[in-house]
Amino acid sequence: MALSNVLEIPAAGFNFENAARNAALEERFGGGKTPKPLKTGTTIAGVVFKDGVVLGADTRATSSEVVADKMCAKIHYIAPNIYCCGAGTAADTEKTTDILSSNLAIFSLNSGRNPRLVMAASILQDTLYRYHGTIGANLILGGVDCTGNHLYKVGPWGSVDTMSYMAMGEFWDLAAMGILEDRFKPDMEIEEAKELVRAAIHSGIMSDLGSGNNIDICVITRDGVDYIRPFQESQFKDNRKNKYKYRPGTTPILTQKVVPLKLEVVQETVLRMDTS
Amino acid sequence: DVSDAAARFCPKRSGSGMDREEVSTGTTIMAVEYDGGVVIGADSRTTTGAYIANRVTDKLTPIHERIFCCRSGSAADTQAIAEVVAYQLAPLVETAAHLFKASCYRYREELTAGILVAGWDRRRGGQVYCVPIGGMLVRQPVSVGGSGSTYIYGFMDSNYKPNMTKEQCLELTASALTLAMERDGSSGGVVRLASISESGVERRVILGNQLPKIVSTH
Repeated sequence: MALSNVLEIPAAGFNFENAARNAALEERFGGGKTPKPLKTGTTIAGVVFKDGVVLGADTRATSSEVVADKMCAKIHYIAPNIYCCGAGTAADTEKTTDILSSNLAIFSLNSGRNPRLVMAASILQDTLYRYHGTIGANLILGGVDCTGNHLYKVGPWGSVDTMSYMAMGEFWDLAAMGILEDRFKPDMEIEEAKELVRAAIHSGIMSDLGSGNNIDICVITRDGVDYIRPFQESQFKDNRKNKYKYRPGTTPILTQKVVPLKLEVVQETVLRMDTS
Repeated sequence: DVSDAAARFCPKRSGSGMDREEVSTGTTIMAVEYDGGVVIGADSRTTTGAYIANRVTDKLTPIHERIFCCRSGSAADTQAIAEVVAYQLAPLVETAAHLFKASCYRYREELTAGILVAGWDRRRGGQVYCVPIGGMLVRQPVSVGGSGSTYIYGFMDSNYKPNMTKEQCLELTASALTLAMERDGSSGGVVRLASISESGVERRVILGNQLPKIVSTH
């Protein structure tokens, strides 16, 4: 059965449609610095435990040195039994997981089945390989299907790895991976697994300026999904409110003076409009 | 300073965090023919620049029931090619090797893939074919590949003898891979072995601390 696709698979061979557009955009900036894309300089992690999979991510999205989003959602919905953490260019991870989710929804409707992890991983691999690394998406795909609990790591060039625990971060995943290597045990209980992922993300947040704010956790088991957002809130909370609305009467009116403006008609011209 | 450390780790970084180097199986792979089948082996390290992305990789990829390929080079490229070849369900080892060659030679400018194709079929028994970067195809009784292979050509040349038994081939492969892993920074982890014959495929893993102890000056 051919897979119906949300978007048309492009024709084989080279496609230079965007070259003229890209050149024009670059010219706009007059040879100076083009704006940097919004990136999730991120820490994400995943762990397979006895009854399923736990995925975790921080919630900071940066645009160069500025924190653009303090409560960014990096754990994306793919299917009722599959979620995906995304690191790299925010737009790329969003869109890639979105398209994957739509295609798997079509598959589910066509076949009456929940999609399997291998299928999601293969589609991701296929798409990313086709773009030869230009889509900056580093993804950790996790979920439970009829064949068991799975975790896949998909790189931007289209390589797929499967392991029982994995992490990705800005400077690779040094900090988070250290925690996982030290404390991972096969067949953990759910609370242990959640705590391990939290600790891994926390170490990433502490060691990397591109990761921070809160920690989101997503637990996927055969019985369902528990998306805990946030699982842990940042200790450095902000008391600023983003909206500043004042109720009418906040500013007291001390005096009021009304001056009517007398206007004279000096000149009048009529322009006929053709409304036929 | 964190950014200095990163620059030392990965000198190709151009400012933004995520343009890492491509994931590469800087590797050691080996395949040996014996009377009745083949023995194949690989290390388990996949690197992104200087960082080990996966320390338990399986580089021995099944193509068909009794045909495997050992992958070295770019992880993405070799996985993609292997899928294309596996899809075509070639029953003969020679056919599978030719399919690999077809892809590797046609797209030689764009791909970085060095592959060993090995297996057993009814027509010619155990066979090993080497498809290095560039897309050459040659059948050899014993072949090594990957970045670590340079360190073991001498060992292979002097220790391989025709008409060895399966056990001798397994020992030879394990020793050769151990030597290469010792010297090559991009190879390491565990040694994965498989023997393919008429009766099927037998896989085994030799963990780091169980590798053969080879006497050396250090």
